[in-house]
Amino acid sequence: MIYLQLFWSFFRIEFFTFGGGYAAIPLIKNVIVDENQWITLSDFTDLITISEMTPGPIAVNSATFVGMQIAGPLGAIVSTIGCVLPSILFVSILSYIFLKFGNLSIIQGILSGLRPAVVGLIAQAGFAILVMTVWGSDGITFNASSLNIWALILFLACFIVMRKFKPNPIYVMAGSGVLSLIIHQFA
Amino acid sequence: MKKDKRLYWKLFTSTFYLSAFTFGGGFVIVPLMKKKFVDNLKWIEDEEMLNLTAIAQSSPGAVAVNASILLGYKIAGILGSLCCILGTILPPFLILSVISIFYSAFKDNSTIQILLKGFQSGVAAVIADVVIQMGGDIIKHKSIMSILIMAFSFIATYFLNINVIYVLLASAVVGGLTFLYNIRCSTKKGNESEAQI
Repeated sequence: MIYLQLFWSFFRIEFFTFGGGYAAIPLIKNVIVDENQWITLSDFTDLITISEMTPGPIAVNSATFVGMQIAGPLGAIVSTIGCVLPSILFVSILSYIFLKFGNLSIIQGILSGLRPAVVGLIAQAGFAILVMTVWGSDGITFNASSLNIWALILFLACFIVMRKFKPNPIYVMAGSGVLSLIIHQFA
Repeated sequence: MKKDKRLYWKLFTSTFYLSAFTFGGGFVIVPLMKKKFVDNLKWIEDEEMLNLTAIAQSSPGAVAVNASILLGYKIAGILGSLCCILGTILPPFLILSVISIFYSAFKDNSTIQILLKGFQSGVAAVIADVVIQMGGDIIKHKSIMSILIMAFSFIATYFLNINVIYVLLASAVVGGLTFLYNIRCSTKKGNESEAQI
């Protein structure tokens, strides 16, 4: 039953997304790309670009996008509901704890353990995307022909711009896309 | 009753508008929500908004969705909460539905492929930047435990293919236990100093 599967997948993703924003990326990759193979890592990377360029949380964007691709409008709806339910559940529980005890210190303790883990996981997803972009879907090889040198140069250029000028990521991604079109014209 | 209906509609349209025009996720939209509901509409107090943000950020899930649930509930109960959730998720839902349809149609076009391939280098760079920023913050605090957890979670998922969810569960347990241990140590110390007096 594909609808139930979609619902459960996005429910699990959001259930374990702590810290918002980029924290959702490794979980979505894990469930959607690795476990279920609903979309490829390359599609998922496009989805991250699309999410950055459109409003809304990346998890909701992914739920709609993947649900639609796999099972049409109804798929998009059940995925999105699955994505919102953990929020309702946890926010209610935490509000109750907060009302009762006036603080969330045990939760803060748990979060302090989760924060570094989330960074490691984002690093994992980012590294997988980098390897896919530069070497293709077969992973790192020492075969020079599979190395996409322009992708590597674009990555390094974008990375330096990000580190140095800290612009809005949308501009870096868009610029990188436009540059790749130009390079393709002339190279 | 009529006034209530207007309130729900206003909640829905306010969150819809905020969600439709906010790029960049929860950390951007929450300050904008504060501006709208605390400063403009004066529907809730500053202090309440701060508590609400703390809960929204501690809870799993998208921060924007969490905050809208709490906000709606504070202002108009469960129905208010539902209005805010709908207002928050409808804009991305509609936009991504349309994009999803066009994506399948366009992604085989060779020009689009080159463009998307170029975007991917940008995405990789943006994520690398995020990791270095967040990782740098953690290393700066010089907590051996945090650095170990960070390294372990990368190795476990990238090289050992361990499921992300198990890694998160394990680090939540480690975080919780460390917290309880620290509390025990500090109360013990407190007791000792009391005994000395």
